[in-house]
Amino acid sequence: MSKIGRFGEFGGQYIPETVMTAVHELEKAYDKYKDDPEFNKELQELYHNYAGRPSMLYYAEKMTKDLGGAKIYIKREDLNHTGSHKINNVLGQILLAKKMGKKRIIAETGAGQHGVATATVCALMGLECEVYMGETDMKRQSLNVYRMNLLGAKVTGVASGTATLKDAINEAFRDWVSNIDTTYYCIGSVMGPHPYPTMVRDFQKVISAEIKSQLMEKEGRLPDCVVACVGGGSNAMGAFYNFIEDKSVKLVGAEAAGRGIDTPDHAATVAKGSLGIFHGMKSLFLQNEYGQIDPVYSISAGLDYPGIGPEHAYLNSIGRAQYVDITDEEAVCAFEYLSRTEGIIPAIESSHAVAAALKIAPTMDKDSILVINLSGRGDKDVYSIARYREVELNEE
Amino acid sequence: MKNRIDACFEKLKAENKKALVTFITAGDPDMDTTEKCVLEMYKNGSDIIEIGVPFSDPIAEGATIQKASLRSLSGGTNLDKIFDLVRKLRTQTDKPMLLMMYINTIFRFGTAKFFELCKETQIDGVIVPDMPFEEREELEGEAEKNGIYTIFLVAPTSHERVKMIAEKSKGFLYVVSSLGVTGMRSEITTDFNELLAPIRNNDHCPCCIGFGISNPEQAKKMSQYADGVIMGSAVVKIVEEHGKDAPEYVGKFIKSVREGMDS
Repeated sequence: MSKIGRFGEFGGQYIPETVMTAVHELEKAYDKYKDDPEFNKELQELYHNYAGRPSMLYYAEKMTKDLGGAKIYIKREDLNHTGSHKINNVLGQILLAKKMGKKRIIAETGAGQHGVATATVCALMGLECEVYMGETDMKRQSLNVYRMNLLGAKVTGVASGTATLKDAINEAFRDWVSNIDTTYYCIGSVMGPHPYPTMVRDFQKVISAEIKSQLMEKEGRLPDCVVACVGGGSNAMGAFYNFIEDKSVKLVGAEAAGRGIDTPDHAATVAKGSLGIFHGMKSLFLQNEYGQIDPVYSISAGLDYPGIGPEHAYLNSIGRAQYVDITDEEAVCAFEYLSRTEGIIPAIESSHAVAAALKIAPTMDKDSILVINLSGRGDKDVYSIARYREVELNEE
Repeated sequence: MKNRIDACFEKLKAENKKALVTFITAGDPDMDTTEKCVLEMYKNGSDIIEIGVPFSDPIAEGATIQKASLRSLSGGTNLDKIFDLVRKLRTQTDKPMLLMMYINTIFRFGTAKFFELCKETQIDGVIVPDMPFEEREELEGEAEKNGIYTIFLVAPTSHERVKMIAEKSKGFLYVVSSLGVTGMRSEITTDFNELLAPIRNNDHCPCCIGFGISNPEQAKKMSQYADGVIMGSAVVKIVEEHGKDAPEYVGKFIKSVREGMDS
């Protein structure tokens, strides 16, 4: 990192003055607690007793045989409490918010996984919770909206723009600016102004730490390739981080190519984006020549974001990680494949990583090892996949 | 040549008057209307005008300016067309003109090219709400090279930051009246005497209060705490209501504010 809060040229703190004091306060609090034994003990206990960590590293034998290439392991973040990796970050941030004396938590959500995780931890810790969600996403993820309501959170629909994740973030920022004294903004990905990209990555890096030790135990060595899906990029940063220095480990991020990267309907930021400054950070964004942010599209509400976290932009720029595009169709096929082959229904977001693995694993040697970070479970997506396949489900 | 903003504040000070700074979103509903509105505002008492460059995702704006930005962008507004508007306006007025915009609009356009065009079209300064003091290097060099002022903002949360920011702000210091986004408010409760105490004896940089000032009474009241007031959403609201017929109504409104402030 070249400067505080920078990954090469990426990152920074491009936010309105009103929130600068709060962001500095957060920086100080995070610096104080990140190495605090008491804080970490509390967090580890929550990870273990509440979230169910460590998550399993599962050898996908049938898939391995079927593909005939690398040995495939699946990191089961889908088995965490609330059904995705999002809980790792939320437990860390809300514990921190509590230490900071904040009473009200706000969050944005795309697929609803971060919203559900935030609502859950707020219920656990007795904090007021409001989640911003694009109205388009509320429709395609109505189950998660109801879950958040059950958990006592207020879900506020956002109708502006494309009514998806980007717009939910805009609205959460506006709320934060208005209620800065009482409110903590729990950002769900490795994005936004410093310290969020670093802090969220630190709360997610437990994923790669576990993969490393679990694989060492099972195979006595490092993996050859780690694959994860990338929207903002939190599960991928978590899965990559402890392998960055292990140059033999290939790191692959799967971006959402929607209806194809040669159509306007995709969210493939690395493939098609350019350098910009938005949502508090300098990074890659899908935007037009005048810097207007493009409306993006993916079947997956969690990957439907026009930017990428600054550390990913950096890893891409130095060639340390590679980013591949996966279309809706490829992701849906992978969703069905993993369900049938291993009896695991993956989130449509994570299905992008599975789809990338389906392409990469057969090209690898039989004695090599590929790890898929399965970031979430797919129960929430069953209706939208059925809709995509034009299957009518009777909800009565 | 002296920057028009400095000259404006010197003149106002000599006349014992407060500055009226007004904002309008360029291209809402079209460039011709914006041109007429700007001229009407100057004619009826605006001292400085901020031309808003619409952005797809304006996180610092309330509903009124968000909607105006969308109307403008759907009409095809872009930065090149806004510079054309500024060129046209410059043949008709010599008053200070600013661009208010989000940093990505400058960055993507090319920071060097942007400030060169500001100089060529005689823009006097820029206000970039998502570029805080700490990230000023992003624009500082090119802005200074071309003699364009960067106007910084302070907020009710700025406290000990106020002095440091005021020292770097040029032209004037934009004092955000309240927490939150732009838009009209019925009440502004910030203690400006306390907020601005650290820079009370600093007269190189005048202060103007903005965010939420919506009528002549509020403008008069707020102007007592500062060297001027900034009004944006109140103007944009009139454009929203009257569309292409807005210039006349905007002019009348500005006249009433000016009279209120000077009374």
